[in-house]
Amino acid sequence: MKAGKMKVQTEAQLAEAIRDAQGPVQVQGGGTRPVGDAVGHMLEVGISGVTLYEPAALTLVVGAGTTLAEVETVLAAEGQRLPFEPGRWGAVLGRDGESTIGGVVAANVSGPRRVQAGACRDSLIGVRFVDGTGAVVKNGGRVMKNVTGYDLAKLMAGSWGTLGVMSELSFKLLPGAPAQATVCVDLPAGAAQVALAAALGSPFDVSGAGWLPGPGAIVRVEGLADSVAYRAGRLRDLLAPYGAVTVETDFEASAALWAELRDLTPFVGKPGDLWRFSVAPSQAPELLARLGGEVLLDWGGGLIWALLPEGTRARAIAAPYKGHATCLRGPGPAFEPQPAPLAALEAGLRKRFDPRGILNPGRMG
Amino acid sequence: MPTPSAQILARKPEIVAKLRAALPSDAVIDDPAETRAYECDALSAYRCQPLAVVLPRTTAEVAAALKVLHAEGVKVVPRGAGTSLAGGAMPTEDAVILGLARMNRVLEVDYPNRFIRVEAGRTNLSVTGAIEGDGWFYAPDPSSQLACAISGNVAMNSGGAHCLKYGVTTNNLLGVTLVTMAGDVLEIGGPYLDAGGLDLLGVICGSEGQLGVVTEATLKILPKPEGARPVLIGFDANEVAGECVADIIRAGVLPVAIEFMDRPCIRATEDFAHAGYPDCEALLIVEVEGSPAEIDEQLGLIRQIAARHDPVEFREAKDAAEAGRIWLGRKSAFGAMGQINDYMCLDGTIPVSSLPEVLRRIGDLSRDFGLDVANVFHAGDGNMHPLILYNANTPGDLERCEALGAEILKLCVEVGGCLTGEHGVGIEKRDLMGVQFEAQDLEAQMRVKDVFDPHWLLNPAKVFPLAASAERRGA
Repeated sequence: MKAGKMKVQTEAQLAEAIRDAQGPVQVQGGGTRPVGDAVGHMLEVGISGVTLYEPAALTLVVGAGTTLAEVETVLAAEGQRLPFEPGRWGAVLGRDGESTIGGVVAANVSGPRRVQAGACRDSLIGVRFVDGTGAVVKNGGRVMKNVTGYDLAKLMAGSWGTLGVMSELSFKLLPGAPAQATVCVDLPAGAAQVALAAALGSPFDVSGAGWLPGPGAIVRVEGLADSVAYRAGRLRDLLAPYGAVTVETDFEASAALWAELRDLTPFVGKPGDLWRFSVAPSQAPELLARLGGEVLLDWGGGLIWALLPEGTRARAIAAPYKGHATCLRGPGPAFEPQPAPLAALEAGLRKRFDPRGILNPGRMG
Repeated sequence: MPTPSAQILARKPEIVAKLRAALPSDAVIDDPAETRAYECDALSAYRCQPLAVVLPRTTAEVAAALKVLHAEGVKVVPRGAGTSLAGGAMPTEDAVILGLARMNRVLEVDYPNRFIRVEAGRTNLSVTGAIEGDGWFYAPDPSSQLACAISGNVAMNSGGAHCLKYGVTTNNLLGVTLVTMAGDVLEIGGPYLDAGGLDLLGVICGSEGQLGVVTEATLKILPKPEGARPVLIGFDANEVAGECVADIIRAGVLPVAIEFMDRPCIRATEDFAHAGYPDCEALLIVEVEGSPAEIDEQLGLIRQIAARHDPVEFREAKDAAEAGRIWLGRKSAFGAMGQINDYMCLDGTIPVSSLPEVLRRIGDLSRDFGLDVANVFHAGDGNMHPLILYNANTPGDLERCEALGAEILKLCVEVGGCLTGEHGVGIEKRDLMGVQFEAQDLEAQMRVKDVFDPHWLLNPAKVFPLAASAERRGA
């Protein structure tokens, strides 16, 4: 591979580039999620475009280098969407690029709808990738129920390009909702989790449960208009004992709140280290008390975004917690060290998928 | 199946003695009269006596048994409730069955964090049974849910009728306790949504007991919806029923279930269960959830869509008894088939758009092979269950049935689908894997097993074509 940066447009070019690589390769989609250490020559995956879209089967097959914006536009034209509502981190991390769908999968990025519709990895039904030897591998397919062989698609999601470089991805989709509403409860972050748990424990099919500075605890319902009105009303009554409740029934205004949370808008342009904690939701109040700083909550409190003073040893301060922490900006290490037996399994997998150790080496630790 | 190791067979007394020394006395069975109960699973056409059976009560006992068997180089076949339709729990003569039936306790229920932690031998339905009184449920609901165990659900990544909305096992599994073949106890995932590191849980789920023995599982639980109501829609052509499914999905309604039955299946179940189904070419059961008003809103839309396809019948359940009757025939389908014939149940998935073409071509194949095929399946997600009827007492019938089954599964792959949607590969589809995968695709999967089980002792003769795995199995 030539020094500097190389962009591939086809799977064959990608396979050739990896076969020919003489040393470490930094794999990049849109370059909007610079998390963890990156060394080596830049390899940009520009394999772009929709291979197959069947709205009536709720399935999409797309090149990994296709931008998230293009994917969302194509789906919106048919009134459909990615179930997992991925956020964009470019603004908060000060990057100009356009997020690609391959990057979304590599980082397993899932937004507020995760509590209802699952994570990115849950919607990923098929993958084609090039392993560290340059071999092209396919796994899964384009149907949403498939247990034929091992589920390597799950393994690829969230592997940050360390096991293989994805070329093509298949997703299960959801129909978009014609109506939505957000129930807001005026609560401080530290008191929000209990109210969110009550909402998520109700039969009202909540599709988002978080906390934003300003609106406070926020709970979303989506669907047909009458159903949304009914469920928002029931949730308003259910949450009234926790604090002053208001209901945002305007579609655009409701959607804007969730876009803010999804894209971490309240943190954009602010200095400090950026941390992400995935924990059991009921641990959120004590974690928030120990961490201090500015926070956003998602997934009913199970996902904590924290903006902390530079150099904060966040994991040590937050401990003990069940779950893991990722440092998006700051001294890190970016990824939580795994317990030794799991780290050994992960090292074993990397060694077999990438025997030369050239794919994003050291990125995940 | 591969030839059993003569060396292991010869050392049976020694191996059993070592197991007995490591485990409570009632945890090891080696009397052939008693091990016979473990000679097959629900793929009962294939049987083999195991070397011995181990029935531990704790994770520590599982680890102790595996340490002994690892040191002795003995193969292990994990077994939940033995309901696999793919031969996933079928032993070989030189393998020890490790059965989890005695590990069935609920360990922890946590509503604020929305999970339940159970021992993996617990049956699927009794997981919901432990929490339904409080208004909660565990979503994956395979047809065998009364009998099948969570360990087997995790091994096969089991689905069910309601996965169009709720997903399959892997989408509802938060963590497992996994004992490796070497006897190490690992905690993978836990009661939080994202685990750190690589998604090991994602590849363990669906690995058919080849990566480790799952002894405990942390499962996502959900509050029960306020209500659910099915409708039955009859059509005079399979194609029209297929188009109606596509239109419902496109319209933005997401029913929790869309089930499809064709005429041979409708007739057989009607004779058996008397559910009062119309005598028509194809029948859909569509179920939606919510409050009564929400259900009315969704069913109103579905009625409008169905009307465009000129159904011969549209029957809405007005009460619980009527809802029960609508589901009765569908839920009795397999029993009804079993009454009239031996049958083999296939499990391929196809893109929903190929439904009419695939049904037509299955009809052609059925005529070519001279065996009847009835179709009953999860139409919303394209997971088909063609039932091939044959007579086990007629020489050559089973072989003809298997040959027809293979042709139908190849057809599923040809139209862009897969060999198995929810039953797993096991031994049943092992040698068809080459139809769906290239050598390097299988190689990548086998590398994962190399990492978890370097000596290929766990359920080794399954999933991968024997020729592809021969070198690794030391065969």
